[in-house]
Amino acid sequence: MTQSVVVQVGQCGNQVGCRFWDLALREHAHVNKNGLYDEALGSFFRNVDSRTSCGRGGRIQQLKARAVLVDMEEGVVNEILQGPLREVFDSTQLLTDVSGSGNNWAVGHLTYGLAYREQIVDKLRRAAEHCDCLQGFFIIHSMGGGTGSGLGTRVLSLLEEEFPSVSRIVTAIYPSTEDDVITSPYNSVLAMRELSEHADCVLPVENQSLLDIVNKIKVMADGAKPGSVIKRDSTIISGQGGLTGPEKPFDAMNNIVANLLLNITSSARFEGSLNTDLNEIAMNLVPFPRLHYLVPSLTPLYTLADVSVPSRRLDQMFSDAFNKDHQLIRADPKHSLYLACALMVRGNVQVSDLRRNIERLRPTLPFVSWNQEGWKTGLCSVPPVGHSHSLLALANNTCVKPTFIELRERFNKLYRKKAHLHHYLHVEGMEQSLFSEAVASLSSLIDEYQLLDASKGRLTPDAARLSIAT
Amino acid sequence: MSVVSVQLGQCGNQVGQELFDVLCSDAQDGQRNKYRAISCERFFHQTDRGAELEARAVLIDMEPKVINRCVSRATKCSRWSYGSSSHFSQKQGSGNNWANGFCVHGPRHRDVVEEMVRREVERCDRLSGLMALMSVAGGTGSGFGTYLTQCLRDAYPTSFIINHLTWPYSTGEVIVQNYNSVLTLARLYQLSDAIVVHENDTVHKICSQLLNIKHISFSDVNRVIAQQLGGILQPAFTTHSHGFYSRSPIDELVSSLACHPEYKLLSVSSIPQMPSSSIAFTTFSWPGLLKHLRQMLISNTKMEEGIDWQVRPPSGAGCTGSGFNRSVANLLILRGKDVYSTETSGFEEPSLYSSWLPSVEALNVWKCPVPFHKYEKSATLVSNSQALLRPLDHIVAKAWNMFASRAYIHQYIRYGISEEDFLDGFTALEQVISSYKQLC
Repeated sequence: MTQSVVVQVGQCGNQVGCRFWDLALREHAHVNKNGLYDEALGSFFRNVDSRTSCGRGGRIQQLKARAVLVDMEEGVVNEILQGPLREVFDSTQLLTDVSGSGNNWAVGHLTYGLAYREQIVDKLRRAAEHCDCLQGFFIIHSMGGGTGSGLGTRVLSLLEEEFPSVSRIVTAIYPSTEDDVITSPYNSVLAMRELSEHADCVLPVENQSLLDIVNKIKVMADGAKPGSVIKRDSTIISGQGGLTGPEKPFDAMNNIVANLLLNITSSARFEGSLNTDLNEIAMNLVPFPRLHYLVPSLTPLYTLADVSVPSRRLDQMFSDAFNKDHQLIRADPKHSLYLACALMVRGNVQVSDLRRNIERLRPTLPFVSWNQEGWKTGLCSVPPVGHSHSLLALANNTCVKPTFIELRERFNKLYRKKAHLHHYLHVEGMEQSLFSEAVASLSSLIDEYQLLDASKGRLTPDAARLSIAT
Repeated sequence: MSVVSVQLGQCGNQVGQELFDVLCSDAQDGQRNKYRAISCERFFHQTDRGAELEARAVLIDMEPKVINRCVSRATKCSRWSYGSSSHFSQKQGSGNNWANGFCVHGPRHRDVVEEMVRREVERCDRLSGLMALMSVAGGTGSGFGTYLTQCLRDAYPTSFIINHLTWPYSTGEVIVQNYNSVLTLARLYQLSDAIVVHENDTVHKICSQLLNIKHISFSDVNRVIAQQLGGILQPAFTTHSHGFYSRSPIDELVSSLACHPEYKLLSVSSIPQMPSSSIAFTTFSWPGLLKHLRQMLISNTKMEEGIDWQVRPPSGAGCTGSGFNRSVANLLILRGKDVYSTETSGFEEPSLYSSWLPSVEALNVWKCPVPFHKYEKSATLVSNSQALLRPLDHIVAKAWNMFASRAYIHQYIRYGISEEDFLDGFTALEQVISSYKQLC
C-alpha cells in the first residue's frame, strides 16, 4: 500500500485541506469499524503512540495526517489548530509567517521561496521519511493569490528537485472572472508556467463552478418534488458526520474539492475488482508531457432518500458526468475534443453497467482520432459516505482551452497598461522577462490544444501499416 | 505429473483463484477416485496434515490488495488454500506501464520470484509444464509477466510453458492497452510454447446472452474463463495415453496444437453454456453438440448463439471462403456420458484445415467419461485457427495509429524502452497476422 502526502499552501489551500482531512477521517471511520490501523488508513495518516512504535494492525492510538501546511499569515492555520482537527497535525508539519504575500506571486515565489527553502525541504523530507512507500504528493493551492500561487509553485519545483520519482498532483483553484483580487491574472499566469513545467497532473477547479453546483444542490434540497426527499448528509457538499461543527460559508464548495481528492485515491486505498493506482492515472491520461490538465467531474451530487437504485439512475449518473453542469471548471467537454478519459467508479457498480454506459455514451463524445477507445476504467467496491455509488470522471479535454484563453486575455488587459507591475518588479529577483516568458508558455500551451482541436471531426486516415514481404 | 501455475497481476490472480476453485470442486465432487487423485496431484499439493490441499501456484503482483483478497477467499472456502510462502507483492503497482513491469520490476524482483517458482517445481514429483496467467492490458501482468516468462524459459529449457492471456474489452479498459498488448504478444510469441487467449468481449457476451446474468461482475467473467480452462486441464484419455488418464496435459496440448512456430494463438470455445436453472430441462445429445461446435469453429462464432449456418468450408483449393475460419489444428475434449460412442468425423474433414498438415494429424480428440461441471455431456474445443486474427489485427491497427502520433511514448521511454522496441513489436505481430491471413 502506498502513502500520499498532502501539501496545502495559502489560505485557500489550507481551507480546502482542512475540509479534506475532516472528510477523510469521516470516510475511514465509516469503513474501519474495528478501530484497527489498517493499510487504507495508512495511506493518509500515520499512527503515533508516544510509548511504542506502532505498525500496521495495531489499534489506532493517535492519527497524524501526512500533511505539510504552509501559509505566510497565521490566521487560517491558527484556526485549524484551535479547531477539532488540532490533534491531527503536529507543530513540525506547519510553516507560517505573519505578514502574508500581499496577493503578490513574486513575494510568495521569490522572497518567501528563498527565505523558507531549507525549512520547507526539511518538513517535506520528514513527512516523506514517515512513509514506507511514497507514491504521490497532492498539492492544493489557489492560483489567484500570492502565497498559494507563488509559494505553492515554489514548493512544486522543490518537490521535483528533491523527489523526482514521486508524482506531483496539483489541485489548483482558478479565480473566477469576478474575482476581487485585481492582480489575480498576473498571479495565475505566472503560476501556470510553473504548473506546465513541474507538475505531473493538474486538476483545475474554478470557484464559479463550485458555487453553481452548491446552489444547484441547495435548490434541489429546498424545492424537492413531493415524495422525493434528499438525504441531508448525502450530498457532495455536506460535511455532516465529520469532526468540525456548523458549516462556514466556503465549506460547501471546499467539500466538493475534498471529495474529489478522496475519490481519486479511493481505488488505491480500498479494494475493488479493477484497481486504479495514482500512477496509472498519470500514465493513461497524459499522452504528451505538457498536456496534463485533467478536468474533473463528480456525480451524483446528492442521493435521494430511497434506497433502491434502479439502473436508470445509474445510467443517469454516467450521463451526468459528461454534462457541463457537473464539471468543476466552466467548460463543456462534450463539444470539445477528448484526448483521454478516466472513469473511476465507487460502490455497487458492476463491470456490465460500466461497459453498457461506455458503449452508450461513446458515440456522443468526440475523441481524438488516435485514441478512439480512450477509456481508463476503475472499479472500487467501497462507496463514499452517504452514497451507494459514485463516479469521478477525469477528462483530458481541449475544453480547458477557452479557460486559458480567457486567463490570457485578462492578463493582457493589465499587462498592456503595465498596471500594478511595479509591485512585482520591486521584489528582489523578479524581472519583467518572467512575465513575458510566462505568457509565452501559456500561449504555446493554448496552441498545442488548438492544433488538436483543429483535427476534430476530420477523419484522419489510418497510418499506413508496416507491410511484410511475403 | 503436475502443472505449476504462475498468477501475475490483478487479472491473473483473480482468474487463477477462480480456476483453482473450479478444479478443486470438480475433482472432489466427482465419484471417480482415479480422476480425483490425478486432478489433485496435478494442481494441488497435499500438505502433511493430509486433508489440506495447497494449490501449486505462485501469486505475483506489484501491489498487495488483490493477492490478499485471493488468499483470504481461498482460505475461506476451506477446501483448498494457497501456500503461505508462495506469494510475492510489492507496495506500488506498475502503473499500467509495460516498460515499468518489464524493465524496472522484472530485473529487480527476478531472483525472489524465480526462487518461489523453483520451490513449487521441486515439490512436484514430475513437472508437466508451467502455466502463466496474465492480462495484456495492464502493467504487471503484461510487462512483468513477459519478463518472468523469459526467465522461466531460461531456467527450465526443457519444460513446456504456456501463457494464458486475457485480452481487454475492445471499447477500452485501459487507454494504453494496445501498446501493452503489442509489446507483450510480440515477445511471448518467441518465448511461449502456446498462447491461450480469452477475450473479455466474448466472455462478457457468453455471460449476458447464454448465461442470462443480469449484472455481470468480473467474478462472473472470471468464472466462465476458469470453467473453460478447467474443461481443458482436467484429466482425460488422450490418443497416446492408452487407456490411462494422460499424465502430461501441457505436453500433449502443445504438441497437438502448436506444431509450427508461426502459429501459436489458441482460442477456446465450449458447449453447452447455459444457466443452471435450464439444465434440468434440456436433453443433450452428442451429435447435436458436436454439430453446433463444428459450425462455431467454421464460422468463427465463439458461442452457441448467433451461429451463421451459411458458412461452409470452401470446396475448391481457394484460400478463404467468405467468413470461413480455417484451422491449423484442433483439439476436441469430450466429457461425460456415452463419450466413447461419439462420432467426430465432422472435425476430420481436410477442407477445414490447411493443406500442409493432414487432417488426421491436425485433429486430436481427448475423452473422459466423468461429467465436467454440471453438464451431463460437454465438449471443449481448443483451436489453432484464424479465429483470433481479426481481434489481433484491430489491436495492432489501433496501437499503430496511436504510435503514429507518438502519444504516451514518453511514458514508456522514461522506464527504459525505445521506439525501436515498439517497431520490433509491430513488425513481429504484422508477421503473425500475415501468416494467419494467408493460411490455406
